[in-house]
Amino acid sequence: MSTTWREWLISETPASRAQAAWGRRYRLWCDFRANRLAMAGLIVAVAMVSVSLLAPVLAGFDPGAQNLTLRLARPSAAHWFGTDELGRDLFARVLFGGRVTLGMVVAVVVMVAPLGLLVGCIAGYMGGIVDRLLMRVTDVFLAFPRLILALAFVAAIKPGITSAIFAIVLTAWPPYARLARAETMSIRNADFIAAVRLTGASGPRIVLRHIIPLCLGSLVVRVTLDMSSIILTAAALGFLGMGAQPPSPEWGAMIATARRFILEQWWVPTIPGVAIFVASLAFNLLGDGLRDVLDPKQR
Amino acid sequence: MATSRLKALAATTASVPITLFGLVLVTFLIGRVMPIDPVLAIVGDRAPADVVAAARLELGLDRPLYVQFWIYLTKLAVGDLGRSVMTSHTVGEDIRRFFPATMELATVAIFLAAGIGIPLGVLAAVKQGTRIDHTIRVVCLAGHSLPIFVLSLLSLLVFYATLGWAPGPGRQNLMFDDMVPVVTNFLTVDALLAGEWEVFRDAVAHLLQPAGVLAYFAMAFIARMTRAFMLDALAGEYVITARAKGLSPMRVIWRHAFGNISVRLVTIIALTYAGLLEGAVVTETVFSWPGLGQYLTISLLNADMNAVLGATLVVGVTYLGFNLLADVLYRLLDPRVS
Amino acid sequence: MQVEIQNLSIAFPTASGMSLAVRSVSLTLGNEKLGIVGESGSGKSLTARSILKLLPRSARMTADKLTFDGIDVLSANENAMRAIRGKRAGLILQDPKYSLNPVMTAGEQIAEAWRTHRRGGKREAREAAIDLLAQVKINDPARVAAAYPHELSGGMGQRVMIAMMLAPDPELLIADEPTSALDATVQAEILRLMEDLVSRRGMALILISHDLPLVSHFCDRVAVMYAGRVVEELGAGELAQAKHPYTRGLLECMPALSHPKPRLPVMTRDPAWLV
Repeated sequence: MSTTWREWLISETPASRAQAAWGRRYRLWCDFRANRLAMAGLIVAVAMVSVSLLAPVLAGFDPGAQNLTLRLARPSAAHWFGTDELGRDLFARVLFGGRVTLGMVVAVVVMVAPLGLLVGCIAGYMGGIVDRLLMRVTDVFLAFPRLILALAFVAAIKPGITSAIFAIVLTAWPPYARLARAETMSIRNADFIAAVRLTGASGPRIVLRHIIPLCLGSLVVRVTLDMSSIILTAAALGFLGMGAQPPSPEWGAMIATARRFILEQWWVPTIPGVAIFVASLAFNLLGDGLRDVLDPKQR
Repeated sequence: MATSRLKALAATTASVPITLFGLVLVTFLIGRVMPIDPVLAIVGDRAPADVVAAARLELGLDRPLYVQFWIYLTKLAVGDLGRSVMTSHTVGEDIRRFFPATMELATVAIFLAAGIGIPLGVLAAVKQGTRIDHTIRVVCLAGHSLPIFVLSLLSLLVFYATLGWAPGPGRQNLMFDDMVPVVTNFLTVDALLAGEWEVFRDAVAHLLQPAGVLAYFAMAFIARMTRAFMLDALAGEYVITARAKGLSPMRVIWRHAFGNISVRLVTIIALTYAGLLEGAVVTETVFSWPGLGQYLTISLLNADMNAVLGATLVVGVTYLGFNLLADVLYRLLDPRVS
Repeated sequence: MQVEIQNLSIAFPTASGMSLAVRSVSLTLGNEKLGIVGESGSGKSLTARSILKLLPRSARMTADKLTFDGIDVLSANENAMRAIRGKRAGLILQDPKYSLNPVMTAGEQIAEAWRTHRRGGKREAREAAIDLLAQVKINDPARVAAAYPHELSGGMGQRVMIAMMLAPDPELLIADEPTSALDATVQAEILRLMEDLVSRRGMALILISHDLPLVSHFCDRVAVMYAGRVVEELGAGELAQAKHPYTRGLLECMPALSHPKPRLPVMTRDPAWLV
């Protein structure tokens, strides 16, 4: 049965549009699966998301529960990653920290991708003065290094997770707008769009049915690759005391408070560091693999 | 041809003042939404009411926002960024003192990064799909994924505390403090100018560790871009022509394929150089490097508004400058752009 | 100089196994002008490039025999191939816009080819380049030598390409659709120039094209390829005696002023040809 499914999918002469579409997806999946690093990224990313969601079940300890008699303990059977300076279980804190970090990532992506897509498509499709105005604004935001603008912005409001999320959104949207604009402009002038227009399609229909679907590939790649830099920016903000505030088990903030133990109890600041590294590497590998498959022209 | 090139150059630079204006405006607005009262920050919270009122008047805080912006602009035009509460110097003075330390760090880092990253990228592209390529790819991806502060901490743990190869945090041994006269504020250069070899050696030793950490991140990006550009170039028809001419593989790779991407790489390096300013903020904090990054973070924690905005603005302007430089270099060096 | 190809196959890996692009082709070439004609994807270009071992990285090549003047190309490594490439056999590609290095001047590229194979100084090479540009009938060789490829027209670019490949004085020239990217008015001119230079230097030529009558006009012999096979080999004057239905089909699709047809026939392809 499985072989016949495969044959149906990879058929060189699909009998229907659905078969052609699924065949194309199947082939992309085959290409992606062949990339072992990307598969590793996918597996790790999925595992991290599920472990974070299941944190209350898996952790075994309350991430905030202090035990001053057991400060800075080495990893053991009871405390897999050891404990921190207040005797809190590091394993539990890392798991719950995953929820904070991934929650921030999701919040940022949900805001940033539509915002960038909207600005970019409007600029690209309208052209003229609207385009120039929007692109100037984009340039201004691109003119700051991301972290520094985010720092200044958070400082202006109030350090904390919410302002960190808004600060990251504020610094992350311009590349999306640029990307969407470039795609829109190149597609807008393509012959097949002219053909669609000749058949009488309306402007919104062209944008929704023909332009946005074609932008999605590169957008997905961009989002996945960006997830790792969102994770890193969030952690850096936490580390510099401008993001999540202690006692929140955010990874960057955990490292900031445990920094002074680096020479003696080195695992206390290192373990959350490894968590950041693994999460961000997983998304980088995944994004890299997706780019090779979905967007081969910009490798 | 030369004139058309200059015209194109003028077109790219024309947008710079607008972006610069936007930069100043954004910085100004961030300053105005700050919850801290700028007046109290200047005169202190124990100042008598009439002093507070006078300062408020001087800053124009009772006037509409656009008037305040105009005041901000006129002060900026003469280089007045206000006074830092924390250091009690003017922000301009502080930046002149701290910025060279950051540039020194970034400059050493970019040379290390380009020197290692470019050959690695070329090698990965030439050996595409082999184990060498995959290894380089993983090394680069790790560079994109490691938080820079974690690497800084681990580097201190390994090279300073465990192996004892590197001196600890800071810019120089306290023993040598104030031993060389300040000329450029680049400690290595000043030490050389004064002929103090001991100080120079100590400064280089202190520089290498934070610069190495920064260089790793820049290297990862440069190697990755080099690889991508090289793959593109190696797929070009002219590479087949070059091979059909019977050229040696080295010549095909370096003269023909690399020759076609070198200009793009120059712009990438300029952009990476600018990006190092960002990495420097975190690295300097961990290594207690007395640069602009550390100045910025300490000011942030002390809510020293003038210092934060001044440093942000300077970083933004430098960043913009490097972007412009990248654009200009591209247009000047590439024979295809006319 | 003799090229012998026996039972050459070239395959590419795809999702559904290896796909054959060239299927057991055998050809011999002496000091003559051979045309290879076929549609896109018929394997004509891969067959010709296999002589120089300049195939895409993923291509898998097998043959009973593949020799260039007695040198076994199949087993030769990159270094050994450099004794053939450029020096003894040149390759002209389709579009000078892509096949010339965009960041080197025309003169530099010709001088490089000259210097690689004839020991000589930089200045000699530069003079040789200008001389070669004059040989390909460029009026202002010094100016063209200093120009970058994007500053040259397509016809000019292809002349530069020819000059570059003739620089080391090879015995064989492989021209892979050398005029398909050019304006129709320039095409004949470039082909005539190439034919003239090749004849005068006593070189062999492999001319690849999809234009059967054009090729037969410039060549001694024509091999017709279809779907990776040589389906027919003909003397240039024997087109009328073509037996294979594909060749006949190609000829019948040509509009002719002397025998106007009300409607041009459509090519029919018989799956039996593939067996």
